[in-house]
Amino acid sequence: MNFPKNLLYTKDHEWIRLEGNTAWVGITDYAQNELGDIVYVDIETLNQKLAAESVFGTVEAVKTVSDLFLPLSGTITEVNPQLNSQPELVNSDPYGAGWMIKIIVDNPTEADNLLKADAYASMISA
Amino acid sequence: MKTTPFTKMHLNLGARMAEFAGYNMPISYSGINDEHQTVRTNAGVFDVSHMGEFILKGEGSLDLVQRVTTNDASKLSAGKVQYSCMTNVNAGIVDDLLVYCIEENKVYMLVVNASNIEKDWEWISDHNDKSVEMHDISAKTALLAVQGPNATKILQGLTEMDILNLKYYSFVKGKFAGIDNVLISATGYTGAGGVEIYFEDKEDHAERIWNSIFEAGKSKGIKPIGLGARDTLRLEMGYCLYGNDIDDFTTPLEAGLSWITKFNKDFEGKSFLEKQKAAGIDKKLVGFEMIEKGIPRHDYRIKDQEGNLIGRVTSGTQSPTLGKAIGMGYVAIENSPIDSEIYVEIRTKLLKARVVKLPFIQQ
Repeated sequence: MNFPKNLLYTKDHEWIRLEGNTAWVGITDYAQNELGDIVYVDIETLNQKLAAESVFGTVEAVKTVSDLFLPLSGTITEVNPQLNSQPELVNSDPYGAGWMIKIIVDNPTEADNLLKADAYASMISA
Repeated sequence: MKTTPFTKMHLNLGARMAEFAGYNMPISYSGINDEHQTVRTNAGVFDVSHMGEFILKGEGSLDLVQRVTTNDASKLSAGKVQYSCMTNVNAGIVDDLLVYCIEENKVYMLVVNASNIEKDWEWISDHNDKSVEMHDISAKTALLAVQGPNATKILQGLTEMDILNLKYYSFVKGKFAGIDNVLISATGYTGAGGVEIYFEDKEDHAERIWNSIFEAGKSKGIKPIGLGARDTLRLEMGYCLYGNDIDDFTTPLEAGLSWITKFNKDFEGKSFLEKQKAAGIDKKLVGFEMIEKGIPRHDYRIKDQEGNLIGRVTSGTQSPTLGKAIGMGYVAIENSPIDSEIYVEIRTKLLKARVVKLPFIQQ
């Protein structure tokens, strides 16, 4: 399973890619594999300012539904428009075309609380 | 956790496994959508050895079957199968099952849900006042469902019995893949055609039959299928799943199973059902399609336009065949006609859905 080094991870299986105050968020390869075929990504928090670990949406797989948690406090400025018609991108390209939201982060130093790729990988294999 | 004769094969194939009815069962292999499509368009193999099988034997066996089930088993001749259910005194469904007539008036096999084996055994035993011989052969019976439009074509090469022309809800018994006493019935839980294969789990029979089927089907693209796709396939057909859509507190009339409820014979629960039929039911199991986007799930609330609670979702999923969200649930009788607009409460939202005719797909 693939966990890119340039991303940070949550224990709830989201990833975040930080570029200054801007960040992209999605779910990990492990998460998409656990969920199975994803059929609907429901995010209705566009333009909302939310605290870290808040629920920003839900992801529906054929068999199950799971909440999505925000890795860092911030404002959601964009929702991946492609997921509306092609939710399966989350399965096929979780770190690329399957990204979910773009956010403006309140305080990038909060990122110190997140997991690096190695730590995330060892958490899920534990 | 209990295992089936095929658990080793599932693990070797890298299946995603989970506990179901006390058994370690495969949920998916290549992915639910891919497995679903395989069964709808080609052929797939399900391990359903967790199911229970009882043999009722001898004088009085037909009477006992008639006493505990709602359908009319006297219509069965040897080699025929019937879908039926067992009801309690309040006509709640104890279980739904298949009744196999092995020998008319003498030997019957009941195939019951894994989660109900003990309850059913007790229920039937309690009604066995004529001391009919009963055997629970669940633990030593292996069961594979090979389903899909190409299933019988693939399997025909493994036996001299004519399974290509086996009529729906009929069975034959004989040599299959070099093994004697294999029972093959044209039944299943997918609506895709195909058969179910029962045999005794002894020596290396399970492995030989599994390998023979995949050997025969390899070039045709046969695949192993998990319980995840089994659920989406049965739901597209509107087939009830015990514990979800039917249980001890729902009656066959409410569940749309009046077609297997025969009032021309006596059975446990009959007088309650006669009264319910006369008075009319006040809730009914319906199928619905989501109009607004969302996936209905078991136990979600169903409301009317004004927000009044009118029922609950019993099963729901994204239909791989239709590409839209579908579900079943009990709703108040006034909200049950086809095309009624109902609302499913999904998290904080009330999302519009429409009652549709079952099955969801036409084969």
